[in-house]
Amino acid sequence: MFASIGDYGVVGDCRSAALVSKSGCIDWLCWPRFDSPSVFAALLDRERGGYWKLAPRGSSSINREYVKESNVLQTTFRTASGAVVLTDLMPVQDTTQSLMVPDHEIVRQLTCKSGEVEFETELVPRTHYGESKPQVWNRGKLGIRFDNDHGVYWLRSSMPTRIQDGSVFGTTTLKAGESIAFSLSYTENAPAVLPPLDEVPQRIETCIKWWQSWSAQARYEGEFRDEVLRSALALKLMIFAPSGAIIAAPTTSLPERIGGDLNWDYRYCWLRDASLTIRALIELGFWAEATGFLDWMLHATRLSQPELRILYTVYGNPAPKERESKVLRGYRESRPVRIGNAARDQLQLDVYGEVIDAAAQYAFHGGNLDREMQKALIGFGNYVAEHWNLPDEGIWEPRTGRRDHTHSRLLCWTALDRLVSLSEQGKIGRVPIEKYKKQAEAICRQIQDRAWNDKIQSYVSDLDGDQVDSSLLLLSWFGFEKADSVKMRSTYRRLRERLSTKDGLLYRSEQLPPEGTFAICSFWEAEYLALGGGSTQQTRDLIGTLTKYRNDVGLYGEEIDGETGQALGNFPQAFTHVGYIGAALSLEQREKGEQQLAHRAESATSEGPNPKQAA
Amino acid sequence: MNWESWIVSGFLATLGLTTVAVGSQGLHLTRMNVPYLLGTIMTPKRERAHLYGFLAHLVNGWAFSFFYIYIFEVRHIANWWFGLLIGVAHTLVVLTVVMALLPTVHPRMATERKGPTARRQLEPPGFMALNYGYRTPLSIFVAHMVFGAILGSLYHLR
Repeated sequence: MFASIGDYGVVGDCRSAALVSKSGCIDWLCWPRFDSPSVFAALLDRERGGYWKLAPRGSSSINREYVKESNVLQTTFRTASGAVVLTDLMPVQDTTQSLMVPDHEIVRQLTCKSGEVEFETELVPRTHYGESKPQVWNRGKLGIRFDNDHGVYWLRSSMPTRIQDGSVFGTTTLKAGESIAFSLSYTENAPAVLPPLDEVPQRIETCIKWWQSWSAQARYEGEFRDEVLRSALALKLMIFAPSGAIIAAPTTSLPERIGGDLNWDYRYCWLRDASLTIRALIELGFWAEATGFLDWMLHATRLSQPELRILYTVYGNPAPKERESKVLRGYRESRPVRIGNAARDQLQLDVYGEVIDAAAQYAFHGGNLDREMQKALIGFGNYVAEHWNLPDEGIWEPRTGRRDHTHSRLLCWTALDRLVSLSEQGKIGRVPIEKYKKQAEAICRQIQDRAWNDKIQSYVSDLDGDQVDSSLLLLSWFGFEKADSVKMRSTYRRLRERLSTKDGLLYRSEQLPPEGTFAICSFWEAEYLALGGGSTQQTRDLIGTLTKYRNDVGLYGEEIDGETGQALGNFPQAFTHVGYIGAALSLEQREKGEQQLAHRAESATSEGPNPKQAA
Repeated sequence: MNWESWIVSGFLATLGLTTVAVGSQGLHLTRMNVPYLLGTIMTPKRERAHLYGFLAHLVNGWAFSFFYIYIFEVRHIANWWFGLLIGVAHTLVVLTVVMALLPTVHPRMATERKGPTARRQLEPPGFMALNYGYRTPLSIFVAHMVFGAILGSLYHLR
């Protein structure tokens, strides 16, 4: 039986991530990195995907939480005979120590808090998206091992286990005060490091301290601090530390509609998310992550510059071609399970504006754009100046052909506007200002003339169209039209009328097939209200409402079911958490009367980057 | 013994062996990372272990080439196939004797009898280094045959 998508917690080491269900089952894990083939994929097929369960026998009540300001997950099981706490984590590699530790590892520790609890473990490895059933070997005191094509997995535990039909099983009873530890590691190097189990408690403490030390950098002190910090921690889990790239989500093919085919692979890095992400990182004080992400964007994309692809792997390579799994049957029969993403071949002109706006925010906050970065940005600007009038697939990536999207035009205007601002502020040299100004004015006129529909008194999704979508809220975010203007207020009313649920959530579009409400759109709405489209109380109320849709450990998926409130789509979703942070920041800035959205010249600050420790 | 020729051919043969060893790992024929294996004898620190191990590997290569050249001089034969033949013999010793002894002499390698401890955490190679991938013996054979063949073809007898 499938758990609800929102039943999952996530642990990670900034290289890969595992999804742990409320019942103590790891149902998703890809090693060595986010987009590697899976070893556990029961999330997408209970029988064929593979999993690792560690839970009391029989029924129990379950309560779980992250250890304060960390990504160490603790699940408490209370049975009729006692209570046990399961601690799950993936130790973060502290680059300052670099001692002998496994390359990739999940540590699980069970501690009996009261009474006596019988529990069981089942480790069912099915590598390469369930396509392979590896042979499992008991190597005595070294542990249990199994291989895939490239590497070796080692399971270590002091618990007696037996191997049967390519899986590992064990049952034991813990009394109050007793603990038992497990370590599952993976490496493509030999010799592998086999960590001694008696060091597990100390390693858990070290990991908790590492996360808490990272969290302590966060500067936000507003009323949603705990929620914002949880979102920052979730976002950090999706930053691939070796390159600085940020993936959209650690999963593939969790459906946007249960039983439907809106199932996509999100384990890649979308440039679209750049601007809001950089803003969230910088304004929370995570300069190391912001700098790493910007560096990655401007250097990893070099092979395709001045053109930009829509998405990249964590090392800046093109995402793999999309294929459908022949083995995995999908979450609750939601087929197909896709590996790779066909959006890689789309034209989406908005990404240029996203990348340039991200760089502008970085520079206006005091970051330095070196000569190579400046050259890349001007290359993007020239491309936009010549191609902004083309139809494209646009922000929602429909596979139905190209159109003239208002959002794409907005971001093309943003690209040129920010480059002019950067040049006027002396942050970037050799910008053909007059050319950019002329093209920016032309885009501006086109949006005002053809993206405004007098009949419905609203900006519209496509030029000369009559439908709306939630990305129109970003007209204010990117500084094209003030949030309190007559046109934006009217557009907002139309959006509410056409896209809102009775509980106030927003669908992204009128045109797309039925699916859940799109969580980020509701946060755009909160930002719009905070920017002047509404009152601070309206903003606070909306953020408060949206907070209720997080799961029990504070995580959001991509979408929220408009009727049940359940999470839908890939999980957890970086962009949704970025949205939460952004909305809370804008609210706080408005309440304090501070300048909002420092991505245009007039709102530049003099604050500079403050290098911080990164994983 | 031709010392100059030994230094040059020993260095080039070691480079050849290293290229095959690293290439085998890159092509996923084996997981064995020789510099890391050697470097962890000296330090538990990962980055330093790679560097120290690489340097130790170069010195080892030179040292072992001395024995090859000694045989060349004694038999007064130095050509690629004779070097390759010595490489095969060398590999058999490495796979059967050295790999079996490694957990005993490597200060950070666990043994199958005791399991990992705080100091000894590295996975032992097992019979013929098969723990490091079932094609590991093949890659070790090829690397040493390349080593011997280069040495045999480049070394000039006195």
